[in-house]
Amino acid sequence: MFNTVFPYLLTGISVGGQYALIAIGYTMVYGILRLINFAHGDVFMVAGIVMVYLNASGIPLWLSILLTLLITVAIGFTVERIAYKPLRSAPRMSVMISAIGVSYTLQNLVLYITGGLNQFYPKIPFFSNAVTIFGVSTKMVTVVTPILTVILVVALVQLINHTKIGMAMRAVSKDFETSQLMGIKINNVISTTFIIGSFLAAVGSMLYFTNYNTVIQTSGSMPGLKAFVAAVFGGIGSIPGAVVGAFVIGICENIIKGLDIILFKAGITTQNMGLATFSDAFTFALLIIILIVKPTGLFGEKTTDKV
Amino acid sequence: MKKILAVLMVLCLMLPAFAVAEDMPVVKIGVFEPASGDNGAGGKQEMLGMQYANTVTPTVTIGDTEYKVELVYADNGSATDKAPSAAAELVNQQVSVVLGSYGSGVSIAGSPIFEQAGVPAIGVTCTNPQVTLGNNHYFRICFLDPFQGTVLANYAYKELGAQVAYCLAELGNDYDVGLAYYFQQAFEALGGMVISETFPTGTSDFTSYINNATGYGAGVFFAPCSIAYTTLIVDQAADQNVNFALMGSDTWDSNKVLEAATGTNLDIMISTFYQEGGNVEFDTGIKAWLNSDAEAMTNNGGNDVIAAVSAMGYDAYYVALEALKAAGSTDAKAVNEALWNVSHEGVSGKIVFNEIGDADRDTAYIKKINTTTGAWDFVAVQGVN
Repeated sequence: MFNTVFPYLLTGISVGGQYALIAIGYTMVYGILRLINFAHGDVFMVAGIVMVYLNASGIPLWLSILLTLLITVAIGFTVERIAYKPLRSAPRMSVMISAIGVSYTLQNLVLYITGGLNQFYPKIPFFSNAVTIFGVSTKMVTVVTPILTVILVVALVQLINHTKIGMAMRAVSKDFETSQLMGIKINNVISTTFIIGSFLAAVGSMLYFTNYNTVIQTSGSMPGLKAFVAAVFGGIGSIPGAVVGAFVIGICENIIKGLDIILFKAGITTQNMGLATFSDAFTFALLIIILIVKPTGLFGEKTTDKV
Repeated sequence: MKKILAVLMVLCLMLPAFAVAEDMPVVKIGVFEPASGDNGAGGKQEMLGMQYANTVTPTVTIGDTEYKVELVYADNGSATDKAPSAAAELVNQQVSVVLGSYGSGVSIAGSPIFEQAGVPAIGVTCTNPQVTLGNNHYFRICFLDPFQGTVLANYAYKELGAQVAYCLAELGNDYDVGLAYYFQQAFEALGGMVISETFPTGTSDFTSYINNATGYGAGVFFAPCSIAYTTLIVDQAADQNVNFALMGSDTWDSNKVLEAATGTNLDIMISTFYQEGGNVEFDTGIKAWLNSDAEAMTNNGGNDVIAAVSAMGYDAYYVALEALKAAGSTDAKAVNEALWNVSHEGVSGKIVFNEIGDADRDTAYIKKINTTTGAWDFVAVQGVN
């Protein structure tokens, strides 16, 4: 039984870790700006493309990794300055539409540059190495992802709880205008949020594309959507919530994909019922159920409307 | 300043309207292909064949007049919801005949628009039977999925000796699901067992599906899906040291799949329309053209390996010219009538249409990836029997 379930669990945990790194970007921006940054999944995809092109230019791998992180952070920062900052006082809906615009711009830009053909992500030594755990052969990155995710999240929580900028972020997320009156430079805080989000998306993209080595212009949309679901699932605005949500979704969808054979091997069913088809349907159904039972998500804060 | 900029940008959009008129009369051939979306890469490679043919033969004599052939492009975005508007765009441009599309789903979606306008269409590599069935305006120059599925099933069962096959198709994709179905029918008729599953659009994690195939003890893994997914499947199967063979359909015939498989120890077999070396004149010509045109090279994936869909696109262009010549006019309805009797000796074989509008094809090429050299090795010309 364990041998049948384990490969799915392993993939699930790994995918969950990758979703978590993207989900943090969604949840942090939402916490501070009350904006769902639809372009986040595409920033993640662009990080992949940047890495492909840097590596193809022949510079050493460590330098490409460093530059990818820097360029992705710069893209995240620029997107905020160009597409969101001028709309700071506009209705929230306008900013959201601007985000959708950025998402399509990035996708089509990449389509134009790559010609729409699959680009292969470079192999990163150690991460790309094959490894066998309990008889399942996979890439090292599958094992490293959840560990690295947890380390990054702990570091991020420390940053938010124990530094000055972290305190400013918490203040801004509580009350935008009051914190401005208290002398917090909100633009700096918002930029920092986008920088952290993009940095994590870049790290996420390295782990993700090392595992699934093809980058195309639409590569960011599905992981982005799933990460967004994870953020809502865990209670949007809450970082631990996003991480837990991401792991739950990653594990659930992979177990569903393998449920047929798990049931078959356990002797419960005798034929394939085509359950794998419903992996996504199940994920989203789970989201709906959670939202009906607990509208603010698992770890979401209760909102009280003040009159 | 901003206003001036805005006006300038609007003017830029209108530029194509001011295209310089030439003396020679022009006949328009519509290119109904995906340039974006999941099949964008395949669509572009198919277009390369037409573009190359257009540089080789830029004019056609219809009646007694020589016409310049102009290719008019419309991107159907690999999506069935965008296809009808792309089709309408071509109809509005008053094309005489349409070529395409790569992918059966979009062809089926665009078909009613062409039918209403009385514009004939020539399917290049859309292999689903529904494309030409029950209409008089859609033709096709390639083989069909029931044929392709049967060929592959025969090969898997008889040559590879597989007893259990695992089929993986993209949910809601007519091409994938159809081909997987025909494969299953044929494979089960031979006495094998088939496990068929589908994955949602946008999936990049195929490890669990590969685990499933291993769990069921599959001898072959048949995944007739878009190029975007094929390289992911190849890479993840290599990581998991699978002990079954991977089988692909005509969509796998891409140099990107070659690139992904090189250096692995996978067995990858595919069926396709054309094998490089089938027509030396065409091979050398298109290679020289690819090497001289940077954009064409990018669209071909950065090297000059010839995709079978390019050869098919090339043939489709000449079939269209033959029809125009036979019709003796640029009128779409006359071209439609003329198409039934067209006979053309293409680089991929002889093309004659039957009463449904399909070309009579009874062979497919089976190719295998040589993972050491990173090239296609020719395996067999396979028929149904």
